[in-house]
Amino acid sequence: MRGFLAKVSQLDRRVIFLLMAVAVIIPLLFPAKLSVKVTPESKKVFDLVESLQPGDLFLLDMDYGPDTMAELEPMTYAIMRHAHRRGARLICMCLAATGVSLIESEIRTVAEERGMEYGRDYGYLGYRPYPAAVILSMGQDIRQSFPIDYYGTRLDSLPIFRNVKNYRDFKFVLSVNATSGVDAWIMYGKERYNFPLAIGVTAVMAADYYNYLQSGQIVGILGGLKGAAEYETLLGEGERATIWMNIQSICHLLIVVLIIIGNIAFMAGKKDQS
Amino acid sequence: MLRSWLYLGPLLFALSLPRGAYGQTLTAADTPNDHGKSITLSWTNPGPGTHVDQFNLFRSISSIGPFESTAVLKGEAHEYVDACEDLTNGTPYYYKIIARIESGDFEYPVAGPVVPEGQWFHTGKTVVLVFAVAFSFLVLLMIQRAREGRELYVRPIAGIDAVDEAIGRATEMGRPILFIPGISEASEVATIAAFTILGRVAQRTAEYQTRLVVPNVYATVMIIAQEVVKSAYLNAGRPDAYDEKDIFYVTSEQFPFTAAVNGLMLREKPATNFYLGKFYAESLILAETGFQAGSMQIAGTDELTQIPFFVAACDYTLMGEELYAASAYLSKDPLQLGTLKGQDIAKLIIVLVLLLGIIATTFGSDIVTKLLSIRL
Amino acid sequence: MKKQLPVFLTFICAFLLTVQYFVPHRSFEQIYEVSNIWLQIIGVFSIFLGITSLVTMHVRKIRHRQRQWQYSFITLGGLFAMVAAGLIPALEQRGSYEWLYDHILNPISATMFSLLAFFIASAAFRAFRARSAIATILLLAAVFVMLGRVPLGDRMSHGLFPAIADWLLNVPNVAAKRAILIGVGLGEASMALRVMLGIERSYMAGE
Repeated sequence: MRGFLAKVSQLDRRVIFLLMAVAVIIPLLFPAKLSVKVTPESKKVFDLVESLQPGDLFLLDMDYGPDTMAELEPMTYAIMRHAHRRGARLICMCLAATGVSLIESEIRTVAEERGMEYGRDYGYLGYRPYPAAVILSMGQDIRQSFPIDYYGTRLDSLPIFRNVKNYRDFKFVLSVNATSGVDAWIMYGKERYNFPLAIGVTAVMAADYYNYLQSGQIVGILGGLKGAAEYETLLGEGERATIWMNIQSICHLLIVVLIIIGNIAFMAGKKDQS
Repeated sequence: MLRSWLYLGPLLFALSLPRGAYGQTLTAADTPNDHGKSITLSWTNPGPGTHVDQFNLFRSISSIGPFESTAVLKGEAHEYVDACEDLTNGTPYYYKIIARIESGDFEYPVAGPVVPEGQWFHTGKTVVLVFAVAFSFLVLLMIQRAREGRELYVRPIAGIDAVDEAIGRATEMGRPILFIPGISEASEVATIAAFTILGRVAQRTAEYQTRLVVPNVYATVMIIAQEVVKSAYLNAGRPDAYDEKDIFYVTSEQFPFTAAVNGLMLREKPATNFYLGKFYAESLILAETGFQAGSMQIAGTDELTQIPFFVAACDYTLMGEELYAASAYLSKDPLQLGTLKGQDIAKLIIVLVLLLGIIATTFGSDIVTKLLSIRL
Repeated sequence: MKKQLPVFLTFICAFLLTVQYFVPHRSFEQIYEVSNIWLQIIGVFSIFLGITSLVTMHVRKIRHRQRQWQYSFITLGGLFAMVAAGLIPALEQRGSYEWLYDHILNPISATMFSLLAFFIASAAFRAFRARSAIATILLLAAVFVMLGRVPLGDRMSHGLFPAIADWLLNVPNVAAKRAILIGVGLGEASMALRVMLGIERSYMAGE
């Protein structure tokens, strides 16, 4: 037994990698749907979108690329579907260089699914470098950074952009973000131009923004896949994040089991030494 | 200012104009703390309990018109900020509002003139200004004291103390040292702090004749890093050993950069890895690969989320402000130590104010919160 | 002069940008706008320097047949292929640039990020050991947060783990982060002051 525990203590990392791969693949092959408990911070984001009236306009910033797509795409879909259900209009933008095409295809997917018309129901500004500078300039006039949209059309030739000058023309800003751009939205956007701001971030980033939530600098947080699953639960539509959450459940459980085994082996080793 | 006084007469006159049967008023005033392109309007209900379908707002540069429509608002609205870049500073504007009610349209008396003007100080940010001035004063005072020769104590920082050991290890093993100055821009304070430590490390590698490799995410960071290392090699009297191509640009994208650096670690097997500056999700991938490559690892970041990852996977970690303190600690320069001391005193003051706020709030008083709040 | 001019310029820029935070007047807003435009212009031009460095390094690697020099061909090939694909006008609805993006960059980036799951498992196994009382508290907190943030943990504990996880995130986590943030904020302000006053000159190679 001692020898076995000693071996466990020195377990090859490749064995751990293999176990993790199995923990991801098995639930993916046999999807289950466990209910997700909705947290107040996610509910606040949902309520913000729910407060939109037909014709209301909001800014949906999506700063992520293919790397964090798995975590953030489900919440983008849920938010866009929700906005369409409320009859609201949305202007989208992307401040992550590798995300520009991805975001465009995501927006197009939901637009085609819901019959949304480009230029009337939604618009896409595309990408500009230097998030902080773009966020600041948009507070003056969005045309400073985006004289044309993603497709090269002049903003004023599209109805959705025609009467939009700066943040004052949006009901709120919602940033689904996997970059440090969230800080720029809080510090340079919200703090300077004072608009309601909600965020959707990766799970690891979420813990960083609870203090901004408590201080009222942001309205709500959607944290990673869990946040998306909560949003789907509230919306009563979509199940992608909810199903993927179960994969996360198994992975978390595996890590906990590994920690426990590692500690048992560690204790046994310590006893032997003493 | 004078112009505002000139318009005060007509304003008072306008306010004394006959009002509606229920005393309905529309008031217009220049929005405070703005750049002069907005006017704030507020109005009362047309009558007690009267249901209003919508309000139509009009603006003119003359009290007799013509008025142009500026906004259509919901019946519940009682305030509106007319923010428009077309408003000219110094020009008087007049407003009228028409409420659409069940029995027809109700027109409010014209409000104005009101002159939009940009302010030269944002009163809502007074607290920030007071603190900024006090903090700067404190820091300058401590610098002065340090200049006078007073000894200022700085507690040892294990991660920095280990720098020499790490370089010695690389020399003994005959392997290079890898230094990553974060993955953020040169303007980041954390990156600036990383440059200071890079200078120190480069000086030592020049003395010990150890190769120093610095991959960069931003070209601007690369240029500064090249200058820092070059200068350190010059100071160490080894300008010939400096190789500019060891301080290179990889890519501006986070994960391609991580992949490239991981490859570098597995190929070159550096004896020591320094991760100092801003790091995000790549921190653990880098640190784990470094661990696999058998490198000694020293990390430092002000990115709170990444600190636990570095603590788990590295030998030494500089947490938050320790990274900034490193330059003062390394140089022992009284000017730098003075700023560090000023910072500590400011922290003490903040803790005292926090305690005061906690006590006041616990006893139901919001005086401290009100005093310290910022209005945007 | 070589030393004084950069310090003077730094001071002027830093001072103006600090003052503009407190002045809402249009003239200061314009200063801010212009500085932002300059930042973007300088940033874009620096990309050329970066590309030059990248190409030089890999050409040298190939020329000197350094270890695994063959991969440098892939790097340079990838760089020029993406640039060329971006310049060629799209012949179909989704051009070659999008094709490269969807079928190469997309899966590679997703794979790189997913490595985190494996590395977290391995690091947690290695590092989370109950070596002392404090390490044990850290370990327990990690276990509660990990189980409390997933539906399985909720079901296993009838809501207890999520409640503990929420408390940990909202109370001790926020308290500790605020404390570190205050320190970081003061450190940043102090460093900014040092740069502004020319005390900290590491960014100009300690000139």
